[in-house]
Amino acid sequence: MEHKEKPKLAMYWASSCGGCEISVLNIGEHILTVDQVFDLVFFPCIADFKVSDVANYPDGYIDLCLFNGAIRNSENEETARLLRQKSKVMVAFGSCAYEGCIPALSNLTSKQATLATVYDDNPSLDNPEHIRPLEEAEVPEGMLDLPEFYDRVKTLDQVVPVDYTIPGCPPEPEQIWAILQVVVAAFTEGAPLPPPGAILGAGDRALCDECPLAREEKAVSRFYRPFEIDPEPGKCLLDQGIVCMGPATRNGCKALCPRVGMGCRGCYGPMEGVEDQGAKMLSAIASTIDVGDPADLDEEELERKIEEVVATLPDPAGTFYRFSMGHSLLRGARPEPEAVTEGGGS
Amino acid sequence: MNNPFEPVIVGFLCNWCSYRAADLAGTARLKYAPNMRAIRVMCSGRVDPQFVLKAFREGADGVMIAGCHPGACHYVEGNIKALKRFVLLRSLLQQWGIEKERLQIVWASASEGTILAEAVNRMTEEIRALGPLQWQPGRTVAQREPELAEV
Repeated sequence: MEHKEKPKLAMYWASSCGGCEISVLNIGEHILTVDQVFDLVFFPCIADFKVSDVANYPDGYIDLCLFNGAIRNSENEETARLLRQKSKVMVAFGSCAYEGCIPALSNLTSKQATLATVYDDNPSLDNPEHIRPLEEAEVPEGMLDLPEFYDRVKTLDQVVPVDYTIPGCPPEPEQIWAILQVVVAAFTEGAPLPPPGAILGAGDRALCDECPLAREEKAVSRFYRPFEIDPEPGKCLLDQGIVCMGPATRNGCKALCPRVGMGCRGCYGPMEGVEDQGAKMLSAIASTIDVGDPADLDEEELERKIEEVVATLPDPAGTFYRFSMGHSLLRGARPEPEAVTEGGGS
Repeated sequence: MNNPFEPVIVGFLCNWCSYRAADLAGTARLKYAPNMRAIRVMCSGRVDPQFVLKAFREGADGVMIAGCHPGACHYVEGNIKALKRFVLLRSLLQQWGIEKERLQIVWASASEGTILAEAVNRMTEEIRALGPLQWQPGRTVAQREPELAEV
C-alpha cells in the first residue's frame, strides 16, 4: 500500500495567552480539512505530545511550525530553538511571537519589579514568607528545576530565524485559513510558497484604509480614555479624541475594533517600512493636537497649552507600544544601573 | 581609560533658521561647546521621532531639535508640529528612564548664532551633570569613534 505522506504540522505556545490557538480553532469546520491534510506532530493545546517526542524527530521533520508567544524565559527559548531545528518552515504566529505584544510591556520595568508585583505587592496575595520560585530547589526526592525568568521579553526572531510572520492579537481566523490553503497547495501540489520573510495574512496599508468611519480635519483639544466618552457613531474616533492606532497600524482585520466604537489598539503592528510603530503613532497623534491659533500665543504659552493636551494622554508608552515594544527601537526602559556596570561602564 | 565624560549631542537643525544660526556662530567665531553634532534637515517638522530614538539607541547622550521661532517657519507651521511631537515624545521618554534634559527644543533664527551657541553650552552642561546615557552598555561612542571615523 503506497500513499503520499502527509505534511507535518506543529503549533506551540511560549509566553502567550492561548488566544492564538483559539483563533486557529475558530476557522470552524475547516479544522477538519487541516486534520485531513496535515499530520499533527506537536500541538500541546489540543493533542498530547511531549517535548521529548519533538527532540526525537529528525531535523526538518516538521513541515510547518506555527509558533506563538513571546520569549519570556529559558524554556520558551529552548523550545523555540528545538522547533526551529526540527521545522522546515517556521512562522512567528501572532503579535507575541512577532513583536512581543502585552508580555513585552514588562520591558518598561525590571525583572525584579515584575516578580515583586507578582509575589509580594498585590492586594490579592497572601505570601507572608515572601516565597519566590527558585530556579533550583532541593527536595527529599531530589533536585527540582524551573526555567530562568529573563530580564527582557524577546521576540521569536530575536532568538531564531523566522520564515514568515502572521500578525494580530490574535490573527483573524479567515486570514489563517487563507494562509493554510496557500501552504497546503505548496505542500501537496508544489505551488510556490510566499517569498521568505513575508508578512502573511495582512494588508500593506494603514488600518484607516479599511475603516468605514467618516474622517474630517482633526483638531483635538483633549484626549479621552474609552470609559470617559460615549463615541458618536459613524465618526472617526481619533477626530473625537479617542486614541485609535489606525494611522500607524497595518490593515488586514477589517477594522474590527473601530467599527464597534473602540479605538484600534495596534495589534497588527507597523506598516511596511516602519521600524517603530509607537514613534509613528506619536507623530500622527501629536499633529492632531489643537491649541487654537498659535499666532495668538507666545512661545511659553504655546508649549504650556500643548503640555495640557498631552497630559490627557496617560501612559503614552503603554498606549503606543502596547503590542510592539519587543520590536521598538529602544526595546524597553533603560537597563537597571547594575546591568550597566556588568557591561563595563557606569 | 580615564577620559572625562564628554556628552554627545545630536542636533537636528532646520535649513532655514537654526542651521544658518550655527553657520553664523561659526563665521562670527563664537566659542562654544563642540559637543553638538549638527544634522541639517529641511524643517524641524521633518524630525521623525524615530530619528530621535535611533540617536539615543546608537549612543547619543542628548538630542537637540532646533528650528525657526513659532510663526516664522518657512513651511508655515512645521515647527509647531515639531513642538507638539517634542512635548509628547519627552513625556514618553521619561517612561523609558530618559531624563527630560536629554531632549530639548530650541528656537534660533538665522541671525541668532549666539542663542544657538548658548543653548548648546547650556545643554552640554546639563547632560554632563546627568552623566552618560549609554543605551547599549559596552558600546560607547568613544569606542566607536575609530569605526565612525573610517566612514
